[in-house]
Amino acid sequence: MVSTDILISLVPLLPLAGFLIVSLNVKKLSQGFTSVVACGVVLLSFIIAVYLFIQLLGKNEEERFFSVTVFNWIDAGGFSAKISFLVDPLSSLMLLIITGVGFLIHLYSIGYMHHDEGFNKFFSYLNLFVFFMLILVMGSNYLLMFVGWEGVGLCSYLLIGFWFKNRDYTNAANKAFIMNRIGDLGLILGVILIFVQFGSIQYQDVFTSATSMEVGAQSITLITILLFVGAMGKSAQIPLYTWLPDAMAGPTPVSALIHAATMVTAGIYMVARNNLLYSLSPVSMHLILVIGLATALFAATIALAQNDIKKVLAYSTVSQLGLMFVALGLGAYSSGIFHMTTHAFFKALMFLGAGSVIHGLQGEQDIRKMGGLKKYLPITYSTFLIGVLAISGIPPFAGFFSKDEILAHAFADSPVVWGIALLASLLTVFYMFRLLFLTFFGKTRASDEVIHHIHESPANMTIPLIVLAALSVAGGFIGVPEALHGSDWVGEFLRPVFAKSQPLLQTHHLEHSTEYALMGTVVGLTIVLIVVAYVIYVNKNIVPAEESAELSPVHKLIYKKYLIDELYNAIIVKPLYWISSVMESVVERSGIDRLVNLTGSAVVGGSKITRLLQTGNIGFYIFIMVISIIVLLASTMIIR
Amino acid sequence: MMTTAQGIPLDYYIWLSTALFSIGVLGVLYRRNAIIIFMCIELMLNAVNLLLVAFSNYYNNASGQVFVFFIMAVAAAEVAVGLAILIMMYRNTKTTDINILNRLKW
Repeated sequence: MVSTDILISLVPLLPLAGFLIVSLNVKKLSQGFTSVVACGVVLLSFIIAVYLFIQLLGKNEEERFFSVTVFNWIDAGGFSAKISFLVDPLSSLMLLIITGVGFLIHLYSIGYMHHDEGFNKFFSYLNLFVFFMLILVMGSNYLLMFVGWEGVGLCSYLLIGFWFKNRDYTNAANKAFIMNRIGDLGLILGVILIFVQFGSIQYQDVFTSATSMEVGAQSITLITILLFVGAMGKSAQIPLYTWLPDAMAGPTPVSALIHAATMVTAGIYMVARNNLLYSLSPVSMHLILVIGLATALFAATIALAQNDIKKVLAYSTVSQLGLMFVALGLGAYSSGIFHMTTHAFFKALMFLGAGSVIHGLQGEQDIRKMGGLKKYLPITYSTFLIGVLAISGIPPFAGFFSKDEILAHAFADSPVVWGIALLASLLTVFYMFRLLFLTFFGKTRASDEVIHHIHESPANMTIPLIVLAALSVAGGFIGVPEALHGSDWVGEFLRPVFAKSQPLLQTHHLEHSTEYALMGTVVGLTIVLIVVAYVIYVNKNIVPAEESAELSPVHKLIYKKYLIDELYNAIIVKPLYWISSVMESVVERSGIDRLVNLTGSAVVGGSKITRLLQTGNIGFYIFIMVISIIVLLASTMIIR
Repeated sequence: MMTTAQGIPLDYYIWLSTALFSIGVLGVLYRRNAIIIFMCIELMLNAVNLLLVAFSNYYNNASGQVFVFFIMAVAAAEVAVGLAILIMMYRNTKTTDINILNRLKW
């Protein structure tokens, strides 16, 4: 078993090595060498991840995990933290996504970043990100997860502000970092509370002692809500979601890797990892459900009116993450993870497709200036179409199975939840096809200059697209539900992770006939909406209004993203600036500064007086000396 | 019973050295001539020496006398340095009045 231990440690260490090699020689290395190193380490990690995955497949349900302790990190009093890794079905699945999709995106970036002067720097950041993400999912205690959690936040910041000469981009990076910090505060408080409550931060110890706790314990509710605050920040849920759309300032591969496939799903992973704690607290579960539903619907409506190709995808990501939280809130943990997996495939695919379009059009991101790109970018078009079909839930594409599973669970819980989730996913269908039609169909609206230079992306960009498209088609078959004569294989695989929380949850079982009816309804409505979108955007050839055009009030409100950014600006940012300026003028200047200056001038003034004692008259000195000696002698006598 | 050293009562030694010491202190305080101040300091040292020797004899303990030798050695060194300073002072100011040296101040 020694070799497996070493292999497990190698999974995160390889990207770290890649990061060190590239970042320490960032000025010297050629693009070719950097590409080989940066992609190679991730590919090796992926191969190991596949090996570990196969090993796990061959094991019984009870012992379907590897755990490795590398060394004792902190050992102080009652507190101990180890550098230890856990590879169970959940983290194994995450490993495959992170290293697999990560590798494809690395490969794609070679082409995408080819002309960029920061090529080496970009790849070193990407490798560092993969390292921290792997630490996050592989760590077998909360502290290690927190280290990864902060690390990916840092890399996200570095990569959003990658083109740091643009003021708006650095502002977006700051926004992402600060918003995440708010969430992280909740997370670290949750972790501290876990230590206070359970006396350990090792997952295994915590879950073992949690099994004996009763449902609805207040401390557990507090812990889970605080942890969820962390998830809100990282996974962009209401009210901390506004950083994700702005994060599109980063290069497109970053949006695909960090802000669609991996980092933003850290919140989902964290809740799924702590499924036992959440199952013990119905209040937190309800909170997750409500926040998830609200975010799914809210973000989907905003996406309807956006004109930036990446912004639409960003809001779509927020909305889909909301849907995953709906699944988690319903206790359907494996459905949430399943949707996360398929979403990683098709959303990364669409982001990379969007990147290919942007690359082909020399940086144009406005869909009003696209159109008719089908014939210029055939590979991009066909793969993007697969991605859109997958997210819309057209059978047999990946999104159909995962979304259907969540909707079925929602219906089993209550028709209201189902209705809202359905509405959100139908809006998704509409804005996704709007995006597709406006970009690739109809007449081209780009200038002749742009059309002249338009070109399909090179092979190292299209191959990842094709692989991801294949995964978006086939990925759903890992979780075909029973109703369709499947075995829900992914659910079976993940069962040991969620086994302990199963007895705590009420599970409703739907009749197969009900499931068929639900699927029929959803698919029927989806097709209707596609037709509607086709009529509007292809037949009638309607193009979204120009910036200057008058919009109806509702349209304007949605186009302006419900003015949430302005609201946050008014109620948080502005008052904060105001408090800061008051603090500066009152507390800092007239308080602290004055106190410090007072100390100085008191010393100067005191010295001015006492120096007069030094007269230069030797007789006086001797006199003082004698008097002092007499006084000293007298005082020792008196004291005695 | 009278306590004595070398046949002389101990009290006499104490009184004598107290008187010598006081004369030394007063001399240092009142006189302005640096050489006289210097001599007064020697007077104080010798007052202490006298007392040490007297008690050393009385207790039959030699360490007091050892101390006296040390004090005499230090005093000799002090005299050497002090007189050198005095000579330099006299060469520069043509006087040994300490009140002339009042420029060493803030």
